[in-house]
Amino acid sequence: MSRALRFEAVYPQSPERVWRALTNSAELAEWLMENDFEPRAGHHFHFRLRGPFGRSRLIPCEVLQVEAPRLLAFTWGSPESVVTVTLERAPEGTRLVLEHRGFRGVRGLAMHWLLGRGWRRKIRERLPAALARFGPADSGEQSAD
Amino acid sequence: MAVRHRARSSPGSADVFYAIADPTRRRLLDLLARGERPVNDLAAEFSITRPAVSQHLRILRHTGLVSVLRHGRQQRYRLRARRLRKVDGWVAAYRQFWSRKLEFLGEHLARRP
Repeated sequence: MSRALRFEAVYPQSPERVWRALTNSAELAEWLMENDFEPRAGHHFHFRLRGPFGRSRLIPCEVLQVEAPRLLAFTWGSPESVVTVTLERAPEGTRLVLEHRGFRGVRGLAMHWLLGRGWRRKIRERLPAALARFGPADSGEQSAD
Repeated sequence: MAVRHRARSSPGSADVFYAIADPTRRRLLDLLARGERPVNDLAAEFSITRPAVSQHLRILRHTGLVSVLRHGRQQRYRLRARRLRKVDGWVAAYRQFWSRKLEFLGEHLARRP
């Protein structure tokens, strides 16, 4: 289960500045989500995920690691789902790497499989061609979901 | 585990995740991604018994991931790409979520020195 969603970004600001945006609750609220985050390991908090029509959902999280100004890790929704953010000084400013791993249960497996087998590409490139070859029968028997 | 997800997922999608959680079924889907195949032909690729392969195919069929075509007495299995796109869409949604948030972070940093 080593696969994770991984994102990289480079910001012109210093690691210290980026770190503040990651660990200050008010700043987090501005770019990520409303929260009651505190930068200490073991702290339980929530992000408020806003949906359409004024609906929202709380995502329960727990801070796992805080090493200023380079490493922040917290759980996301469930204990197995972990978001890790690392900062590294770069010539351009700060390199940020965010990894989200441990999607639980079958969804996690599904994701590992999809990411691991190049299915995203297969689905996008090969299957439409296959579908075209087989004709419209597939859409005819599609259920309502 | 599949049951726990069922309550929170869109109708039918939990079954898809359950179906592809199994390595034999994933391999079946991999094989069918290359084109439709008769069941005997598929069974020949596995060391498990043909009834066991048929059972896996039944689960895939029940989930809507494959469909079966009858040519006389022969049954051919075919992948139904739409259901898989749903799984792919879920991964894509997470990707998009974090990509956008990291863009917002960049904008936030630029706005508030």
